[in-house]
Amino acid sequence: MSEASSYPPIEPNTFDLIIIGTGLPGSLIAATASAVGKTVLHLDPNPFYGSHFASLTIPELTSFLNSHSTASQPQSSTTTTNSNTSDYTILDLASSPLYADVEISSYAPETLSERSRSFNIDLGGPRVFFCADKAIDLIVKSGAGQYLEFKSIDASFVCDENGRLWNVPDSRAAIFKDKTLGLTEKNQLMRFFKLVQQHLEVSDHDNGNEGTQDSRISEEDLGSPFVEFLKKMRLPPKIQSIILYAIAMADYDQNNLEVCKDVLKTKGGIDRLALYNKSVGRFPNASGALIYPIYGHGELSQAFCRRAAVKGCLYVLRMPVLSLLMGKESGRYKGVRLASGQDLFSDQLVLDPTFTVPSPPDSLRKSVEGLNLRDVKGKVARGICVIASSLKPNMSNFLVVYPPRSLYPEQNTSIRAVQIGGGLAVCPSGMFVLYFSALCDDAERGKNLLRAAMSALLKIPDSENAESSSEVQNENAEVKPTLLWSATFIQELITGEFGYISSTPMPDGNLHYSDLLDATMKLFHEMYPDGEFFPETASPEDGEDEGELSLES
Amino acid sequence: MHGRPRKAPKPEDEAASSAKAQKLRALQSQFLSHHQNRTYSKEALDVSAKLLEINPESYTAWNYRKLAVQHNLAQSDSDPDSVKSILDAELRVVESALKQNFKSYGAWHHRKWVLSKGLSSIDHELRLLDRLQKIDSRNFHAWNYRRFVAALMNRSEEDELSYTTDMINTNFSNYSAWHNRSVLLPSLLERKVQGFFPKEEALSYEYELVHQAIFTDPDDQSGWFYYLWLLDQTLKTDAPLLVSSFPAYGSDIILSRDRRFDESPLHSFHSESGTFPLVLYFNEAVEGVSSATVMVESSFCTNNDLIWKPLSINNSNAARVWVAHVKFPDKELQQAYPMEVRLGHSQGIISSGGFDYNHHTQIAFKVCARSLETETNEEHDEKMISWKDEIFHILKTQSREPNPFISFGQLTIDADHEATTSEWREETIANEISLFRELLSEISCKIGKLTLARLLSAHDAILYQSSKKTIHSEEILGLYSDLEKLDPLHSRYYKDEHSLVLLQQVTSNWESLLRHSYHCIESTLSCLGNSVCLRLNNLSLSRMGSTENLLWVQMLDLSHNELRSIEGLEALQLLSCLNLSYNKLPSVTALGPLRLLKSLKVLNVSYNEIGSHSTDTTRYLCPSPLSHTEEVDWERNEIVTEVDNLSKYWEAFLIFKGLNLKQLDISGNAIASAQFKSFLVSFLPTLKWLDGALLL
Repeated sequence: MSEASSYPPIEPNTFDLIIIGTGLPGSLIAATASAVGKTVLHLDPNPFYGSHFASLTIPELTSFLNSHSTASQPQSSTTTTNSNTSDYTILDLASSPLYADVEISSYAPETLSERSRSFNIDLGGPRVFFCADKAIDLIVKSGAGQYLEFKSIDASFVCDENGRLWNVPDSRAAIFKDKTLGLTEKNQLMRFFKLVQQHLEVSDHDNGNEGTQDSRISEEDLGSPFVEFLKKMRLPPKIQSIILYAIAMADYDQNNLEVCKDVLKTKGGIDRLALYNKSVGRFPNASGALIYPIYGHGELSQAFCRRAAVKGCLYVLRMPVLSLLMGKESGRYKGVRLASGQDLFSDQLVLDPTFTVPSPPDSLRKSVEGLNLRDVKGKVARGICVIASSLKPNMSNFLVVYPPRSLYPEQNTSIRAVQIGGGLAVCPSGMFVLYFSALCDDAERGKNLLRAAMSALLKIPDSENAESSSEVQNENAEVKPTLLWSATFIQELITGEFGYISSTPMPDGNLHYSDLLDATMKLFHEMYPDGEFFPETASPEDGEDEGELSLES
Repeated sequence: MHGRPRKAPKPEDEAASSAKAQKLRALQSQFLSHHQNRTYSKEALDVSAKLLEINPESYTAWNYRKLAVQHNLAQSDSDPDSVKSILDAELRVVESALKQNFKSYGAWHHRKWVLSKGLSSIDHELRLLDRLQKIDSRNFHAWNYRRFVAALMNRSEEDELSYTTDMINTNFSNYSAWHNRSVLLPSLLERKVQGFFPKEEALSYEYELVHQAIFTDPDDQSGWFYYLWLLDQTLKTDAPLLVSSFPAYGSDIILSRDRRFDESPLHSFHSESGTFPLVLYFNEAVEGVSSATVMVESSFCTNNDLIWKPLSINNSNAARVWVAHVKFPDKELQQAYPMEVRLGHSQGIISSGGFDYNHHTQIAFKVCARSLETETNEEHDEKMISWKDEIFHILKTQSREPNPFISFGQLTIDADHEATTSEWREETIANEISLFRELLSEISCKIGKLTLARLLSAHDAILYQSSKKTIHSEEILGLYSDLEKLDPLHSRYYKDEHSLVLLQQVTSNWESLLRHSYHCIESTLSCLGNSVCLRLNNLSLSRMGSTENLLWVQMLDLSHNELRSIEGLEALQLLSCLNLSYNKLPSVTALGPLRLLKSLKVLNVSYNEIGSHSTDTTRYLCPSPLSHTEEVDWERNEIVTEVDNLSKYWEAFLIFKGLNLKQLDISGNAIASAQFKSFLVSFLPTLKWLDGALLL
């Protein structure tokens, strides 16, 4: 409190828009609103950029997870009218827990202690970009690309029922080079890719025109489940699994419609293949479809904040917001009260998903109706492991997908893991950070998913479990990397909301940002129906960078 | 770089290009005046550099620069600095020209020329190539230049090969990279470089690599090309082989001057000239068959009496088939003369690839001469051969009659070191066959079918050497029939291949040949050797093949086929009666091989297409008969003065003049006018029947 109050007052005290929380969606809105000429104040209670999208050191991560896993009460417990001003009703903001079942274990405290600050661990991992992603287009278009540098993910693997990892052959050259596919399998897979490509080419050319019907996939097929289409094309199960879970990145078991919450239709599957296909080779020095930002995904929020700052957005970190100021008569939002005691006013407010607005007093209830900032769409189990050696020799950055039922019969959702090495400046060199995520209904299942994937890949130094570790070693002659540190938690999936107070979404369970971008764009358009989401600017400063992305090969 | 559609130029483009042309013309005239005046000053060189930067195809400018370099180098008194600056300037000009067009022949050549002087550093070259191959990895100019630079730098072939692997891994649709592999690999194999020995292992690795390309994308040509090369490497034997001979190993032949011997029709042989041919049939064209390289031993004939001649239509020194004529024994003796032909003991018979015939081969047979009385009653019992079906009777199998031919496959494979290779070869081919059957069960693919057909043929050829059987013929014939329908554009090729396989099937064993052999009851012409006729009519043949199995044939019926060419028939040195009627022979030149058949007496070429085509395509396929310098055994002066229409029918004259035909049927061809017939009669004194009419 005393720290916060030492801040000089913020000038001016009235803005078009106040954004609280520098997560990626907030930062995007800050950047684009500034670019269309709005005056924007961007606040964050944390001492770092990125909020739930940040990349943090081990101590920062530990304390962030812990502080957001228990509900913290509003600073002053009063929710009634404050005497300070008579013009406003004061609503104190509360935060509700977004993370549950946080378990953090350090197996080698002495190894890590001195280097624990040289980590940039993503809170919302695992996450990678498809080269042809909308997010990449936006990064290039917005000029944020000049603050970012990327590196390719070297490879993707998919696990089969027997626990073997197979390389994901995702391009013509990769199919050619692949050592694990049989010749006939290569032929089948490539033929399927060609079929999809032809379909897309024809669809691009004439929208629904007749004449070239034979090279298009029929409407009937497009509407059927993708897995049925793959079967119809006589693709063997192994290749079906590669396409469904490691290329189209389906979350739920597509072969078991009872538990599948999201059946991927052929049309959707083909769109995802198209994204993958366009990603391979979009950048000549990216070896595959996927890239990762150096210093972690937190850089992304920061890059957009810098874009916003260039356009005049005002930034204040380490500034908690205590309460909302509501118009006494109108019952409408007027401004916020900072921890420093200053009151600031704006037309619009965007809140980080951390915050909840407690029930307003009866006098306001009517007008505040519908102020439900929370729309919980399930949970995602995340795991972060720091390991002392790579899972794969001679390879440091790669993706591993465990399709449903590949680890144990009750596994209903895909588990995705991404290993990132010291070369991407996310950890000291020689170490690797391994991220896991899986969608789940409850914490227990979520934890089971993480445990299964982690024990399949890692040697977990657990004295109680000596039996299982010896069993594991028999099965797999490769020496598994030793776990140095791990964190597992269950995160609420919260989507953004628009009202007179808007709220941004939490990181979702996907590898990519497409859904988050769409949600953010929607939010922006609802706030500013006339505003263009990242207007095309040919600013001379980044003219030379246009269409370019720095990619280290 | 490839497959980009050409766009129609826009008006502003046209304006730009006309402005460019104007600038170019100005530079050009300036440059030409410098060239004329031999001005090699810096300013003059700059003009040519500018010109080449805009138009790298200006060969005159490149030549001018070469002259300038020579001139300036001479002036420089070999001062290292000025030499360097002169040559560096050239390299820079080439680079800017290549920026304009990286497929400019002149620019690449100029660079080679500069570097060949050996005065400039070559370290930069590979980097330049990397840059250019990034723009177009298939650019064959760059690959060509790469080979030049690699040789200049003494870069190891292993390194270059692994470079091609990298390029192929990046994108396997790179024919240039595959091709460079096929250039590097033979040398690595031959030198037995570590990792490339034994050859079988290295080739197996290549098969694995190219399978990945073919199976991943069967529509891509580059893998298939390499595959065919690889198949060739697998099947080829370095040293040439003797495939068959006449007389065959272990045979007894009966010679006569005037009469045939019905008791052993397949082995009796008649010749008016009193000689019989010795024929050696190799698996590839060889040179150097002579009395020095082939030893012939018998009591009646010595080595030095023999003159070996290549049976080659285009008068080359190399041929697959060689012939020498042996004189009959002088005295008539009932006993058989043993005769032995040996080759491979001394060097000198060399294939076009430079390999010696090195199999020690002995062909022993017996010769028996009979009825040497020279005077017989002529003409009155001689009749014309009608070729009608009625005159042919099924040949009764005579068990005593030995097989008239023996293929040499099993005789020549002797050495042990060949055994492992051939075992590997058979295994590899069998393996490939099952792979391609699998591929074809997945997809329908023309080149896949063709490759499978070739693999099956190769497998049959291997099996034939050991077991004398072909097992895949029916499947191969089916594949080629399929292909004819699937790919009408190349149907003639498939038809030819179909014919070859069919002939192979028919001639591969004696039982099947017997089914096509007939006794001819009408062949009473005294000039004919025997009465056995091999009838290969009505088989839809479009070309000849398997002639190595037919060296013994004296009467051959090929009528009612679709022959467009009779190439290969020249090997049948005993042939005296030949029926080619009802085929598609397109021209007189297509009959070229007949000129080498000195025993031919009866020829039927009626109902072909001779004279129907205004363009004689045979002439383009092989050198025109007019270019032949073959010995001419007639007086040129006599011809020119005595024969009418010579210039009009010159080709017919060349082909028929050397033959001693007694019967010729030529009706049913566009060329067969009364004028043509009388032309033929005018220079063929031996001719008795022309188109069924007795000449008086």
